[in-house]
Amino acid sequence: MNRLLVWYGELSTTRKLTARGLALLAIPLTWSLVLLVAPLGAMIAWSLATRGADGEILWILTADNFSRLAGFDSFGWTKAYLSILGSTVAMATVTTAFTILLAYPLSFFIALRPPRRRYLWLTLVMIPFCTNLVIRTYAWMLLLGNQMPPARLAQFLHLIEPAAALYPSPFALYLGMVSNSIPFAVLPLYTNVERLDWAIVEAGRDLYSGPVRVFFHAILPQTLPGLVTALILTFIPAMGAFVIPDLLGGGKSWMLGNLIQHQFGVSRDFPFGAAVSLVLTLLTLVGLLFLRRSGEESFTP
Amino acid sequence: MDSRISGVPSELDRQYILSGAAATAPTLTHGPGAIGNSIVLEGERTLDEVAGCELSVFGVSKSFGPVAALREVSLTVTGGEFVTILGPSGCGKTTLLRVIAGLELVDSGRIALGGADISRLPANRRPVNTVFQNYALFPHLNVFENIAFGLRARRYAQAEVDRRVAAALEMLHLDELPKRRINQLSGGQKQRVALARALVNQPDLLLLDEPMSALDAKLRAEVQLELRRLQRRLGKTFVLVTHDQNEAMTVSDRIFVMRDGRIVQSGPPVDVYDRPGSRFVAEFLGTTNLIDARRENGAMRTEFGLLSPRELPSWERGVLSIRPERIQIRKDKPAGNGVRAIVSEVIYRGDHLDVFVQPANLHLRGVPGAVNVTAGQQIWLELPRHHLEALGE
Repeated sequence: MNRLLVWYGELSTTRKLTARGLALLAIPLTWSLVLLVAPLGAMIAWSLATRGADGEILWILTADNFSRLAGFDSFGWTKAYLSILGSTVAMATVTTAFTILLAYPLSFFIALRPPRRRYLWLTLVMIPFCTNLVIRTYAWMLLLGNQMPPARLAQFLHLIEPAAALYPSPFALYLGMVSNSIPFAVLPLYTNVERLDWAIVEAGRDLYSGPVRVFFHAILPQTLPGLVTALILTFIPAMGAFVIPDLLGGGKSWMLGNLIQHQFGVSRDFPFGAAVSLVLTLLTLVGLLFLRRSGEESFTP
Repeated sequence: MDSRISGVPSELDRQYILSGAAATAPTLTHGPGAIGNSIVLEGERTLDEVAGCELSVFGVSKSFGPVAALREVSLTVTGGEFVTILGPSGCGKTTLLRVIAGLELVDSGRIALGGADISRLPANRRPVNTVFQNYALFPHLNVFENIAFGLRARRYAQAEVDRRVAAALEMLHLDELPKRRINQLSGGQKQRVALARALVNQPDLLLLDEPMSALDAKLRAEVQLELRRLQRRLGKTFVLVTHDQNEAMTVSDRIFVMRDGRIVQSGPPVDVYDRPGSRFVAEFLGTTNLIDARRENGAMRTEFGLLSPRELPSWERGVLSIRPERIQIRKDKPAGNGVRAIVSEVIYRGDHLDVFVQPANLHLRGVPGAVNVTAGQQIWLELPRHHLEALGE
């Protein structure tokens, strides 16, 4: 049916609008087919394939890659991969917790500055975000080196061995991880806090509430959307991190990201790498769904 | 669902019905006394307590940086009185409300409630509640929890919370809505929730910050009357802030007119309207005719000749003010304060007529039918002495 209609002031027909809609859709559709659907399909296919003796992909379909990740191999059961998975989730959780703990008050601090200084502070938070991750990580390594003041201080306080550096260590790992994700958490929180309805805070005060009750009932619920976004933007990249764990955490703390990188690099075991990637993707998706649901329950606009 | 149609509730349905009943139980058990409940809100207060709700503001000043919002404001509101603080935007009226609520601290001066100095008490410890301009309801809580907020903060027992909230819901005709979310309410309902949320705490003083500015004109007129009746019934002290002179006239026992951080006039609506103390008040409340005048031998010299005002002013040059509805059209030359004029324009407004005459584009108001004039007609006007006010700036 070709009907004449006015579309936002433009005289047009249904057929013309459909054609235009499809043309506009073509670009993003191609984009996501090539860059999302195809790689995801390849990943799923590879995860079910078998590694040949020289690292080539043999199309013998099997679920062995997944049972290997679960710890079952020809020698029996090992917890190696599961503990990597566990420590990755633990590392991402701790990183997210520290990040939110720092970013939440920081976004209030920035949002409560006078407008001009607000943008100065935001820029300061964003500058590291504009630097390459590897460069930033090497900068941390330089700063945490054994001759540098922080390490000197730690040596003086007998927190580390004399002449030792502050990395690799869990401390350096979390320092790198948290500093890396702070901009991702501050931005959504800041935009949320900036739009905070302070009249609701005053209403809480007017209704006999002290600071704690005002925080939990008048401020926190209002910042929940920003908080959920900040959680997602911190947790997901942290789950896949491999540069920082490798450089600042040292060889001892392997994460899923390192495992995947290794399969596609040194080990040349594409099928196993694909299986681990798939599991990581699924884990992240489950986390996202969980967050979204809890977000919906506590705050429906 | 099937079982309900057949009339035999399944086990699940029965549980649902039971829990549903339990949830509404407080309302039900208080059913017979429900009307009494709203009376409890007033009944719990003895005459002494009402008298104890007197609000006194002594020489309060407040500045924001270089801007003085309040300059030595003093006022006294008797217990059970409904007063309005009226003024244009930026006159400091909201600041005055906020220092009374404890949302701003006074720079100097003192605020006392029932004889006790509350100037240094934080907002959450003042026996004062506020209805905020845009209601500031908690978006994540339903109607019941919004109203219960202040009671829960003061750790009232659940039974008492249920009883008081039920009474407040009933009083403001919100019985149907306790489980509603705030975003599902209309503007009028939000306003009543905001009122209930404040009144449920039985404050000594209720502050209302332009509570009707978000309502449409018709609803606003209804709510004004309702609010006035509610205040009379509860006998509580209400302080309303508004820039709407109509609203102020409708609801208040007394009006305080503010300008530039000062109270320029106060009194019952009829006094403030009929006997404005200044040109500002005359122009701000309703419309008025201002006629330049000069004092001359016990009368005022104007472009209409000599007129005698109600009271002779102390100044030499100033203005005379007369309300459009006070000017009378006469067939013949009146005995005093008569003016010869030509009708230039007649505007039919439904409930009244606006007539403009020359000279001086004088504005008159009359009842359609009672006033029969057409443009170009020569008429006599009487500016009754009793309504002709001589005003300074």
